[in-house]
Amino acid sequence: MSKFETVIGMEFHIQLNTVSKMFCRCDNYSANSKANENTCPVCMGMPGTLPYANGKAIEWTYLLGLAFEAKIADEFNFERKNYFYPDLPKAYQITSSINPPVIGGRLNIVMSEGEKELRLNHIHLEEDAGKLVHASSGDYSLVDLNRAGTPLVELVTEADFRFPEEARVFAENLRSIVRYLGISFGNMEEGNLRADANISLRPYGQKEFGKKVEIKNINSFKAIEKALIYEVNRQTEILNEGGKITQETRGWDENKGKTLPQRSKEEAHDYRYFPEPDLPPFKPDANLIDKLKSEMPELPVEKRERFVSEYGLSEYDASILTADFDMAKFYEVGVEKIMEKENKDLVPKESAKKLSNWIVTELLGRLNAKGLSIKNSPVTAEKIADLVALIDGGTISGKIAKTVFDEMFETGKDPGQIIKEKGLVQITDTKAIESIIDEVLGSNPKSIEDFKAGKMQALGFLVGQVMARTKGQANPKIVNEILRKKLN
Amino acid sequence: MSKLSKEQVKNIAKLSRLGIKESEIDKYSKEISDILTYVEQLNELGVICAEPVSQITGLESVTREDAKYEQKICSKEELLKNAPEIKDDSIKVKPVFEERESI
Repeated sequence: MSKFETVIGMEFHIQLNTVSKMFCRCDNYSANSKANENTCPVCMGMPGTLPYANGKAIEWTYLLGLAFEAKIADEFNFERKNYFYPDLPKAYQITSSINPPVIGGRLNIVMSEGEKELRLNHIHLEEDAGKLVHASSGDYSLVDLNRAGTPLVELVTEADFRFPEEARVFAENLRSIVRYLGISFGNMEEGNLRADANISLRPYGQKEFGKKVEIKNINSFKAIEKALIYEVNRQTEILNEGGKITQETRGWDENKGKTLPQRSKEEAHDYRYFPEPDLPPFKPDANLIDKLKSEMPELPVEKRERFVSEYGLSEYDASILTADFDMAKFYEVGVEKIMEKENKDLVPKESAKKLSNWIVTELLGRLNAKGLSIKNSPVTAEKIADLVALIDGGTISGKIAKTVFDEMFETGKDPGQIIKEKGLVQITDTKAIESIIDEVLGSNPKSIEDFKAGKMQALGFLVGQVMARTKGQANPKIVNEILRKKLN
Repeated sequence: MSKLSKEQVKNIAKLSRLGIKESEIDKYSKEISDILTYVEQLNELGVICAEPVSQITGLESVTREDAKYEQKICSKEELLKNAPEIKDDSIKVKPVFEERESI
């Protein structure tokens, strides 16, 4: 057990997927564009140009704040953060961190030990910089300004995190939220969602924070946890040896699996913030905030809780199904189909759970193996609901259902059709099953003796024999019943 | 206003990416100090009950619709014409070694 408590605070940058950029009408989507294709005099920082704020980006910043139960500031304003860098054409970034639009906020995450509340400090809105590509020769760098001016939301948390895992789970939750809200693609690998971590250690019981290290260049959710675990170990080792932590910025090197000090200027940065004279202050209209609140979609946390209470799912299954908006939708389309088939207003929890099991354990594994998303699933939710109904109705056994499901995944066919074509209908005719049981009993007298001598495994063996002779098509419940009757 | 120190002048030059000669420092130190002293006269007014103001237009919450340009207002060629050097549609700059600290 370490003597030191880990303290982590996170900063996330989220690119908003508005149609146009933050301060000009350039196309904000450049994934398929050549370098500098989506630029104009404004985002290229030409003299004499003026910023014109995108109202949608401001709305979405408020929307994100509301999703975190934060306070919407009565007024916020943009300021200029001045520094020279080749990807920043104006030599300043327009940001709003000093009087931010969203203050505070919180999110409850589910960990194996239970729920934990993590607080936000604030959320502000700014513009992204361009992209720099460095020549492998090291002779020059290339600047592409397609990304310059993309609306960028920065979400800053309080230092409430105590374990690296919490930071990863929070980030995953954040991704779900921005996707549910439809305000960002939320892809860490593509840089739509970027994470920086501040981490320090302190002896348990000490109130003051230790010297903090900032970790940058974290490119995936797994890397958040890995980089922080590495840093906890590195700092613990230094402190245990009586050393001191240097306050610095370190970059995560995915290939080496370690954080390394980043080359940076020695003196403190002097950004000379001052109010952006070209943009007046922003005051949210009370009607707008009410409208955003009323239009707020059901968020992952609420949906997860509803899946648990309404469908009787485990927290784990519910969190898998609700992490992704399309996944949750897929599941609920299946639920509706079951209700329709059973002609009920409420879905029987048994069927809802079965549907969830088929999706979580059977479908997702197969989709992952093929690199498919739920949207491209060859099997529709309706067809999985049909399959569940066929099992519930006793037409096929759960075991046969797996064979049917494999075929469904390969061909996209209806389960009913597959069962018909392959002759997989469950044998429920008691007379037919009885005659097979008689055959099995006739050729296994030893097992009958064993059973009578109290060996319960013998019953299992006999059931297995019957199932084998019927190629798994006999209804196992009926087989069990008849066998027990005959043996006693 | 006391005279700006050598270090302050050097720092301002650095932040502004202006190369100044050692021999010019004294000159700028005096000139910048003079400007500051001139502006400082405002303090004599002794305004105490006014909020700091950064906007005088009275405008607020000026936003636009989230829509793209219907047609480009400037071609890429025109925009890149101002760059000293171009390579593969990109602006070619001196190699950047220093790690980015912002954003």
